[in-house]
Amino acid sequence: MAKLYPEKSPQKQNDLNPKEETVNFLLNYSKALKVIECKKLKFETLLN
Amino acid sequence: MRHELITDAALVGNYLKGDENALSVLIYRHKQKIYSFIYSKVCDRDITEDIFQDTFIKVIKTLKLGKYNEEGKFLPWVMRIAHNLIIDHFRRNSRMPKFDNSGEFSIFSVLSDSALDAEKTIIKEQIECDLRRLINELPEDQKDVLVMRMYQDMSFKEISDKTGVSINTALGRMRYALINLRKVIDQKNIILTN
Repeated sequence: MAKLYPEKSPQKQNDLNPKEETVNFLLNYSKALKVIECKKLKFETLLN
Repeated sequence: MRHELITDAALVGNYLKGDENALSVLIYRHKQKIYSFIYSKVCDRDITEDIFQDTFIKVIKTLKLGKYNEEGKFLPWVMRIAHNLIIDHFRRNSRMPKFDNSGEFSIFSVLSDSALDAEKTIIKEQIECDLRRLINELPEDQKDVLVMRMYQDMSFKEISDKTGVSINTALGRMRYALINLRKVIDQKNIILTN
């Protein structure tokens, strides 16, 4: 009987984590993002 | 360990009050689940990283804009955002297919020679010759319309002006020309494909 070769399986689940720099970027992004409300309008500002 | 005791809903509440650390706890708590989910669909680390980042950018924006409706379903909500971004990614990719550079790379997968080879050139000439002979067999009025439309690229308005018949008559002649051509091709089993 012909052997079946499945496609490469994804890497082990426990290895799957975002890079530390991605997480840091998100945390810094969150700190930098400010929403200013002016009457009924909301403005997003990104502080450097 | 202490963080595990705080529910997602409470953390979201704290974040909305300005506690940036709450977001960090939420990300660290769920990052593996969300990242694995994205990776299971796209199977590419870099794309997963991008989608993961975009997902949380959307989460942060929605939370800060006060558009998030807390129903104790923070993780399903984030998963839904990730899911939608994955769909966007595949839609974008189907419009602009990229070649996969990770495995074996074949230059011919991206480069193709549209020019016909010698054999196909001969077949093409043969087909064109057969077709010309078939067209010559058509009644004169039908042949004129077909030649003007197909070979001289004239509109039916121009054809009707030139031949002095109405547009409908020109259209009818074209239709009969094609019907007659098909009939002869069928009868004589002529193959006109390359």
